[in-house]
Amino acid sequence: MSLLSLQKVDKIFGGLRALKQVSFDVPARTIFGLIGPNGAGKTTLFNVITGVYSPDGGRIEFEGRAIGGESPARVAQRGIARTFQNIRLFRSMTVEENVMVAGHHLHRASLLSAMLRTRAHAEDEARLKQRARELLDVMGLVKHCRDVAGSLPYGSQRRLEIARALMLEPKLLLLDEPAAGMNSQEAAELERQIRFLRDEMGLTVVLVEHNMAVVMSVCEAVHVVDHGETIASGTPEQVKKDPAVLAAYLGKSTENGA
Amino acid sequence: MSTLLQQLLNGLSLGSIYALIALGYTMVYGILKLINFAHGEVFMMGAYAGYFAALALGVQHAGSAGFPLYLAVLVLVVSMAAAALLGVTIEFLAYRPVRSAPRLTPLITAIGVSLFLQNAAMLAFTPNPRPYPPILREVRFELAGVIVTNVKLTIFVVAMALMVGLTWFIQKTWTGKAMRAVATNIDAARLMGIDTDRVIRATFAVGSALAAAGGILFGLDQIMINPLMGVLTGLKAFVAAVLGGIGNVRGAVLGGLLIGLAEQLTAGYLSPDYRDAITFVILIIILILRPQGLLGVVRPEKV
Amino acid sequence: MQPLKRLASATAIGLLLYGVGLWLQDGLIEYAQRIVLLAGINVILAVGLNLINGTTGQFSIGHAGFMAVGAYAAAFFGVKLAPLVQGLVGSGALADGVTFNLALLVGALLAGLTGLLVGAPSLRLRGDYLAVVTLGFGEIIRISFNNAQFLGAATGYFGDTPAGLPAYTSFFWVYAWAIAIVLLISNLTFSQTGRSLAAIREDEIAAEAMATPTTRLKVLAFSLSAASAGVAGGLFAFMQSGIRPEDFRFDKSIDMIVMIIIGGLGSISGAIVGGVFVAVTLELMRDLQQYRLVLYALLLITIMLVRPEGLLGSRELPALLRARLGRKRPVGEAK
Repeated sequence: MSLLSLQKVDKIFGGLRALKQVSFDVPARTIFGLIGPNGAGKTTLFNVITGVYSPDGGRIEFEGRAIGGESPARVAQRGIARTFQNIRLFRSMTVEENVMVAGHHLHRASLLSAMLRTRAHAEDEARLKQRARELLDVMGLVKHCRDVAGSLPYGSQRRLEIARALMLEPKLLLLDEPAAGMNSQEAAELERQIRFLRDEMGLTVVLVEHNMAVVMSVCEAVHVVDHGETIASGTPEQVKKDPAVLAAYLGKSTENGA
Repeated sequence: MSTLLQQLLNGLSLGSIYALIALGYTMVYGILKLINFAHGEVFMMGAYAGYFAALALGVQHAGSAGFPLYLAVLVLVVSMAAAALLGVTIEFLAYRPVRSAPRLTPLITAIGVSLFLQNAAMLAFTPNPRPYPPILREVRFELAGVIVTNVKLTIFVVAMALMVGLTWFIQKTWTGKAMRAVATNIDAARLMGIDTDRVIRATFAVGSALAAAGGILFGLDQIMINPLMGVLTGLKAFVAAVLGGIGNVRGAVLGGLLIGLAEQLTAGYLSPDYRDAITFVILIIILILRPQGLLGVVRPEKV
Repeated sequence: MQPLKRLASATAIGLLLYGVGLWLQDGLIEYAQRIVLLAGINVILAVGLNLINGTTGQFSIGHAGFMAVGAYAAAFFGVKLAPLVQGLVGSGALADGVTFNLALLVGALLAGLTGLLVGAPSLRLRGDYLAVVTLGFGEIIRISFNNAQFLGAATGYFGDTPAGLPAYTSFFWVYAWAIAIVLLISNLTFSQTGRSLAAIREDEIAAEAMATPTTRLKVLAFSLSAASAGVAGGLFAFMQSGIRPEDFRFDKSIDMIVMIIIGGLGSISGAIVGGVFVAVTLELMRDLQQYRLVLYALLLITIMLVRPEGLLGSRELPALLRARLGRKRPVGEAK
């Protein structure tokens, strides 16, 4: 059964058709790649899935239920977490706090108990902090937990965004260019972490990436879009050789070459 | 019926004044995304400039016909120039240094400038209201049961003339086109070689000049001026700009006229106590139902 | 802290306040006493406003309206309630205390409710638009009180007796409420809710993506800050013989903004410093008569041009002092 299923999804902005009848299925516990030249509509797809935009046509199903048009907070509660292409961290808050923010479901004490500093509240905070530390550990950021998020180097900020998304205990993780700005060593570490997320944490990962080395290495299936439309779909090997894909990329530079 | 016509006439005349002021708000917001809180005070200063200019030119010695036309025009031009200078100075001293700061800082700075000008005016001109000099001697005549004065006619004529002038300026002159470019995309405009600083200065100058004209017309119409006249009127004109679609020049005119009408009709048919409140009610309704204003467009945020 | 320890601390602080209050009554001239009371009221205003403007980053410039609601509600209910309470427990300090605090609670509740009504539709707007809408609401509230005959309209509300409103407000009560509100808001700020509010300020879209109920929290913060202003309004009402709509003009909203800006937007200790500063400065400047407000405005402009982050920035005094006193700076602390 697919965890996530897009069926003929459309999105129109004024006169521009950003997404045209996009369809794909993401099976559970897989790593799924979404690639295409710049401006192809990949981030728009993420935005439509996570409720930032409403789809203008088609159907989006998560765990069999239609979720098109739901608010971002609702979608997140359902179990879909994401990172952002342009990194949207809470920059002046600490690393730890950034992750803890996403821990609403772990937070059981009421507002009143927070204001009165009851024991229930203290337990809540401890639980949140511990879980945050665990996730920071997975992403290799524990030693920075008290640092201000904005002061982290770029690659660490990207990993922090992932740790924060993991705090939601999602079933589906949407990563928007997680390898951007990483050197090959960091990228390899990222690949390892992504596989860990699937294998040890049972997550399903959808990856938007320009770094072809990472895509080829880590994705089990790849979906290619250009100008909002699907142009190819299949395993990384199949897609790599697809003439339509090559045509779309020809003349456009890929970051870390395929 | 004649009462309705009377109210409509008065409302349109009041609305024309609001429109003149609203234009300043809308143009500055269009290029800087800044609510120029001090604009109401520029309106007030313009009115006072007209007052003192008229006195300096000897209006008190004018005969029963009032001021000769050329002197009245001179008063207008001098005040508009003075206001333009004030507007540009404010921009240079208070807004330019914080142009790149987070949006909150210029907002608060603008509030500070507004307070400063109000209180400086109270010091300089005393808080007591003053009657406007008789630049025009009032002539009343009746038309279809409605009392029309030459003052009201003057307001229409001057306001319309200025708005037409502004439209020509924005559409046909180089500076006007540059202003539109900067309002659309300031970075692109800069890259195209437009001196954005100059354009910003021009915008403040033009907007302030229009507000001063509004101030003089207001003085002619309402007779009494005081240092705090810019507070409420400025706020109403701002609401007018928002109603029409802030950043939209035609919207400012439409909004101004609508607010003037709404205010006059409320005062006439509901109660004079609520004439000020109606503007705020309109503000809230428009921001909640259609924040981009009547003629504005929604700008979606990039995620 | 365990309940027993808390009770002990509260009692100790209570006794301290009472003692200081008595000493001030004898030791200070009335003029200075008024400043001290106003400073405490300002602290409540500032810390409350800071919750929505600073911590949550939603800029409201119409809070004088909520202060007005609190003031009028507390004054009206206090006056009406007093005979009932006195009937139950006899007249005297106990009755006064009960009436006063009940009135303040009513003021806070109604102000908070008004905040809810204003915030719910408004908080969908961003930045400048929100500021202007709150300004509009603040004015509407003031104009409404100006037209409310049963509350004295423009002349003001002076209670049922020619003596005016009872002078319930004292050092003890002002500072007891101030401490309570500072503690409650402070606890809120340093909790998951406070973190969520800060996240909304930092990046609302990201906060939403992390399942934060942004609208609900923004309205909550707004209502709490309105309730806080309501308490301040009630305290203010009972130190005057009467209250008028004139007391709650846009100027008052500006005063509140100056308070939180001076101390540093987002910092609770900054808000406290700012509140005290404004009370002291405004009163001291009274001698300057008509120059007072001109200088005040210049002060505001200068702060925005020179040091817009205020005295403390968004940092809190304890953290700042720790750093300054040479202790090890927490790793990566923002400059």
